[in-house]
Amino acid sequence: MRLPPGASRIAIASALLVLLVAPPMVSSFLLALLTQAVIYAVLAMSLDLILGYIGLSSLGHAAYLGIGAYSVGILATRHGASFWITLTVGVVLATAVAGIFGLVALRATGVYFLMITLALGMVVWGLAHRWVTLTQGDNGISGVPRPNLGLPWSFSRGIPFYYLALVGFFLALFVLRRVVTSPFGQTLVGIRESESRMRTLGYHVWLHKYLGCVIAGGIGGFAGVLWAYYNGFVSPSDLELATSVEILLMVALGGRGTLIGPALGAVLIVGLKNLVSVYTHRWLLILGGVYIGTIVYAPEGIVGAIRQWTKESAP
Amino acid sequence: MPPCRIGAYSTITSRDPDPATRLIAGVDFWISQLFNGVSYGALLFLLAGGLSLIFGMMRIVNMTHGSYYLLGGYVALTVMWRGGPFLLAVVVGTLAIAFIGIAEWNAFLKRLSGQELGQVLTTMGFALIFQDLALVLWGGDPYTLPVPAMLSGSYIIGQLYFPVYRVFMIVVAVLIALVLWLSLERTRIGAMIRATVDDPEMARGVGINVYAISMAVFALGATLAALAGVVAGGFVGVYPGADFEILPYAFVVVIVGGMGSLKGALIGSLMVGLLDNFGKALFPELSYFTLFAPMAAILAVRPTGLFGRA
Repeated sequence: MRLPPGASRIAIASALLVLLVAPPMVSSFLLALLTQAVIYAVLAMSLDLILGYIGLSSLGHAAYLGIGAYSVGILATRHGASFWITLTVGVVLATAVAGIFGLVALRATGVYFLMITLALGMVVWGLAHRWVTLTQGDNGISGVPRPNLGLPWSFSRGIPFYYLALVGFFLALFVLRRVVTSPFGQTLVGIRESESRMRTLGYHVWLHKYLGCVIAGGIGGFAGVLWAYYNGFVSPSDLELATSVEILLMVALGGRGTLIGPALGAVLIVGLKNLVSVYTHRWLLILGGVYIGTIVYAPEGIVGAIRQWTKESAP
Repeated sequence: MPPCRIGAYSTITSRDPDPATRLIAGVDFWISQLFNGVSYGALLFLLAGGLSLIFGMMRIVNMTHGSYYLLGGYVALTVMWRGGPFLLAVVVGTLAIAFIGIAEWNAFLKRLSGQELGQVLTTMGFALIFQDLALVLWGGDPYTLPVPAMLSGSYIIGQLYFPVYRVFMIVVAVLIALVLWLSLERTRIGAMIRATVDDPEMARGVGINVYAISMAVFALGATLAALAGVVAGGFVGVYPGADFEILPYAFVVVIVGGMGSLKGALIGSLMVGLLDNFGKALFPELSYFTLFAPMAAILAVRPTGLFGRA
């Protein structure tokens, strides 16, 4: 089958249009799912910068979600900080931590990078879990108020908050698209394909990878800020190892190196987890099957598979 | 947890101002914590030794390793519920899990060499499936494996209690380490395994059946994890979530010790066991931080771990 030119653009544009206009018409359950999905989409897209464009698998990305979320949890409940303050602190802190973690993790590649990011992710999880005076440990921080931006809409209601999250999503998509289409992003792709060649060409390979990781961490923190405001609750389970793996799944399922793919993956996984658990207690079994099925049937993800399919069937 | 906990000693120190008593209580505290740390390290070695060999040979990031641990404990539990003796429970538990490991490796993992993302996601899928199946088969209640009478009770030395079961754990780990070391260093198969760890391509070139060796090592790793699960069943018990609770520890041991190094796994296990125990006793608020931060620091200096080769 040969798709007409621009078909994928039309598909993406219509999907985004649905995200824009559908919410007032759907049930509150579905609206909650959509809100979660767009927030997780931000997180998945930020990981895609590392996984899809730098070509490194990170097992610690939930740490950034946690840092953003705990910044909100602590500042908003204890100090009554405003949205803009928590947003700034969350993103700056996540960026700074990514700056430190990048220094440690980027000394390695491949499996070693994966393992070091796992250990670093566990450091943050350990603090959230045990530093009770700051984080309230396993109980988590509850009662995070919805943000007040001084706008005429109250974000404690579902629909305005959904649009706030959607604005965050478009902002992250815009920034990340700018990054990956810039010469900087193209250099990252070059490094992914052949690090030695890029080095020979005179590029500072390490610095490019480092900056990529730092940007991804900052945007991950941004997702964490939105998540804490949405959920009203922050706990160590937000940043455990299983969450990090789940974000990897979102990216792999949607198609790494495509940005829009991981967003799609986030929507699918959030939908699957919540919708399937309505019908059966055995949803972990199904989620496990999705993990394996993704690698067996769509190793390049959904977007990757579609691209390959349209390319192969073209004359 | 056994009777020797920090709480008891800190009350002694706060109530009794006599410096000599305080000193003895302090020494007791250090000895019992050291003992606890070493025995936990022994358990970790059982779990992580196999993971390290698997890593070293096949570079497989196996998230299912915690599930082998959990399922090993559960299978052993079932054997004992049916009236089987402890030893039979150990044998059946480890063999069953070895079989599962071989099946998983043969059907999926051997195709994914060099694709760490594929390995992580596939093994994570299996981990979730096993977690759910365990919940279906054994329910959500925590159980303790009934241990034989000769392994219960404590050796009492002065004011200190040394639970026999913890001593047993240390003995098992030392024995396993010895057997592993001897068979790796002194036997023909061991030499083949080491050759495959060092350079699979050359090993294949000189006529070593890398496929069979890899499968055997994967089965060995799963067996050891299951053994750790059975042993832990009489110690911390078997309960849902134990798989993902222990998995990061196993990974940290492997990362710090260096993938594929038995010596590294041994030293890594001891370090993690001790850091975990002393961290929890001395700095409860920062305990995981005191465990994972030194790990990250070691990795910052030596990305391949203490005894690992790139």
